[in-house]
Amino acid sequence: MRNDLFLDKNEPVPIDRVDGKAKVTGTATYSAEYKVQNMAYGVLVGSTIAKGRIRTIDIKAAEKAPGVLAVITYENAAKLPGYQAGKDPAKPQATGQPLRIFYDNEIFYYDQPIALVIADTFERVLSAARLVKAQYEKVAHETDLETNLEKAKRPTGPRFEDYKRGESDAYKSAAVKIEQQYYHPIEVHNPMEPGSIIATWESDDKLTVYTKTQGVESTQRSIGDAFKMPPENITVNAEHVGGAFGMALRTWPYEIAAVIGAKKIKRPLKLVLHREQMFTNVGHRPETIQKIGLGATADGKLVGLLHEATAETSAYEEFTEATVNISRFLYACPNVTTRYKLVHLNICTPIWMRGPGEATGSFALESAMDELAHELKLDPLDFRIRNHADSDPEKNLPWSSKFVKECYQLGADRIGWKDRKLAPRSRPEGDWLVGYGMGTGAFGAFRSAATIKAELAPDGKLILQCSVNDMGPGTATMMTTVAAKEMGLPVNKIKVEMGNTTLPPGPTQGGSTVTSSVGAAVYDTCVALKEQIAVLASKEGSPFHTAEVHVIKPEDIEFSESGISLKKDSGVKVSYADLLKQNGLASLELTKESKGSQQPYSMYSFSVHFVKLRVHPATGRIKIDHVVSCADAGTIVSQKTAESQMMGGAVGGLGMALMEDMVVDHRFGRPINNNFADYHVPVNADIPAVDVLFVNKKDPFTNPMGSKGLGEIALVGVAPAVANAVFNATGKRIRSLPITLDKLIET
Amino acid sequence: MSHQKTHEENHPDKGRRDFIKQSSLLTALALAPPALMKAADPGWEAEAPRLLEQPLNIEINGISRKLSVEPRVTLLDLLREQLALTGTKKGCDHGQCGACTVHVDGKRVLSCLSLAVMQEGKKVTTIEGVGTPDNLHPMQAAFIKHDGFQCGYCTPGQVMSGIACIREGHADSDDDIREYMSGNICRCGAYPNIVKAIAEVKKGGKSL
Repeated sequence: MRNDLFLDKNEPVPIDRVDGKAKVTGTATYSAEYKVQNMAYGVLVGSTIAKGRIRTIDIKAAEKAPGVLAVITYENAAKLPGYQAGKDPAKPQATGQPLRIFYDNEIFYYDQPIALVIADTFERVLSAARLVKAQYEKVAHETDLETNLEKAKRPTGPRFEDYKRGESDAYKSAAVKIEQQYYHPIEVHNPMEPGSIIATWESDDKLTVYTKTQGVESTQRSIGDAFKMPPENITVNAEHVGGAFGMALRTWPYEIAAVIGAKKIKRPLKLVLHREQMFTNVGHRPETIQKIGLGATADGKLVGLLHEATAETSAYEEFTEATVNISRFLYACPNVTTRYKLVHLNICTPIWMRGPGEATGSFALESAMDELAHELKLDPLDFRIRNHADSDPEKNLPWSSKFVKECYQLGADRIGWKDRKLAPRSRPEGDWLVGYGMGTGAFGAFRSAATIKAELAPDGKLILQCSVNDMGPGTATMMTTVAAKEMGLPVNKIKVEMGNTTLPPGPTQGGSTVTSSVGAAVYDTCVALKEQIAVLASKEGSPFHTAEVHVIKPEDIEFSESGISLKKDSGVKVSYADLLKQNGLASLELTKESKGSQQPYSMYSFSVHFVKLRVHPATGRIKIDHVVSCADAGTIVSQKTAESQMMGGAVGGLGMALMEDMVVDHRFGRPINNNFADYHVPVNADIPAVDVLFVNKKDPFTNPMGSKGLGEIALVGVAPAVANAVFNATGKRIRSLPITLDKLIET
Repeated sequence: MSHQKTHEENHPDKGRRDFIKQSSLLTALALAPPALMKAADPGWEAEAPRLLEQPLNIEINGISRKLSVEPRVTLLDLLREQLALTGTKKGCDHGQCGACTVHVDGKRVLSCLSLAVMQEGKKVTTIEGVGTPDNLHPMQAAFIKHDGFQCGYCTPGQVMSGIACIREGHADSDDDIREYMSGNICRCGAYPNIVKAIAEVKKGGKSL
């Protein structure tokens, strides 16, 4: 194996996104856009209460409306075999009983689907859906985390036991200490493509769905569980996914509803969620209240750290995330305690949202680090370097690689950190106050199994197949980059086929694992392919086979578009067409499963985000001047898409820091801003120059390419960088996200 | 037959004659008192929306079309659901995200907030009419070069707005572009690259 893989000096120009032409011309097909004959349209009707039972549901008027084919409710829905057993229908991602749609009359949250109306056109179904009338037996609901904190309980299972290293209250007796509470509201993924599915029963026991998912195989298993069907009878397609950010990491009740509906009408059914339903029915980043206690010696060495988090979950499932875990390993600190609790509320079960848990946790920890640095009168970067963890203090293992100090340096140079004043509110510029802040992010560098089927055709065209799909990061582009480099082929000779359960198994796109898993599988497959080519090249009759040389090794061969030649004698060349022909082969096919192995190292990606911003005290307005995001993500495999992914994470982090907040009216248990006019996400005018910098140093242990994940660390640490910059600008510490102007206005 | 394509109907099962018949019936219905209508034909109600369809002459991507649509059909749903032009996206259906941006008579319009029947005699351009994978519009090429997208779902709307932004004279500075592109949400966060793409096309100086 070459050690300098991807890092050689004459690095080719980063390749454009291979599905770029399809995306910019509107020819990329998303799940609601497949052309299916005789398709009907479905719309879900949601409950208007947040807790209770349906007393009566009147569907007569809807059934009689023009074009209506069926109205499905709990009263008339076919009983799903998987629902009877309980637990397994929608493949539990969390402890509890996943919501069984149309199972009974129980209402657990506002807008929970109570009916599916199906008609022959979209307009007719929209019109008919308004005619469904339900009466309820209301029960007092709970949607307010703050007033229900006394009900907080530790989640089930040993993973959620309190963590303790050293003494639990050590921070309290430290020379310098802080103890503060941090708040994170409900944040909603809101990908631009709404949840959408087309379900078609090809026969009584064969189903095809086009659906928005981050993992076609996981959707296949979930539907199989609900309908008690063998997975091979279900084909799931999701070639293009219009963003997801975690929202499509599980199979939601609306998808099961569409499959139920299609079976009932014996026609293909399309169901697309309204934007309002994207706020209420497909998860969110949970509202979380955190406490940090942090203490250090007078010269800035951490003594003790306490991190507690209480988050909400639904009334029927325990959704958990690693909110407090970042505090266990990010800094060298002898005494650390973390506690994590949940409160059950009448809301849809949350789901991991980009940088799940870690993003919420790092807001608290990295804000607290900044607060303590201020108390210590230390530069926040200097304070962090003094407490740098040279090995993982939680697992007691060396890092597989860690270049956080390099990130500090790169980012500080680019943002102009030397211009930052230690004392807050020291940089007025006209009516504005300028400030600098930084925050650190980390996320586990995982690798899972993936299988690639490769086919090399006589013309040197290489087809790579895997069921993995792409919600945006550029999976096919990454795969193409790896194969082009390994096989010496130009990009246009490589074709990736993916996003379908009929292809060889691949991982779900989540947890920043795809490049490490699928990229490594492509790499391993190419290595195996080259070995096979070498075997063919060694055979008698091959021009490379001479009286002296009987065995050609892959490393002796120069691979190129036109075929192969020997490195030490480029005079003899064989085209792939001739090589295959000589061996009586139409093409060279190879399928290979690839996975990592347990390593005695702690593996994480790291990021450091820097923000320069200005605050207008008279109005409270914040203007972001500059963001610099630095990543230690090992080898950068696909430069262009990696930069974009990092930039996108910074934008998401700015949304989290400055505007995103789903507000629930607790009197009714329903959101009051479930649309893009009232729930603000960053728009173009909110986003300044974003510089992305990579350390780009190979991790020796993660996978053969030496890459680490990028998707999560792109966002983790951005929000505290903003909060810390606001403090540096104004002297005001905002511990409650989002940092809106009402919190900063000075009258 | 290529010439037939230029007169493609959105309901191939229905002829023009049916339509005229329906129109006369519609007039008769409109004049009759509601009670009489119900008594006269209890079955008509189920057919009502179809009867209410109106003729629509519209040019889409340079092709003249004679269509028959219900007044309640939005331009977006006509494009996506009846004409299979799915390049135009539905993100919110409330004019809040810009994914559905098309050009009507050369100006950018949110197709989810436009009723199809209001486009009578107008020229609509969708992303499919801007360029094709083999013949990209300069704006599409610039989006690829600068990686002005990730998932690609908002991209057609961004490209349509980007072209309009230059035509309107709103692309003279990066700040201008940011402001006049703020009706198109990109949740993947490709904004800085979108600005670069539009600025480059503007600098190229071609009339769009």
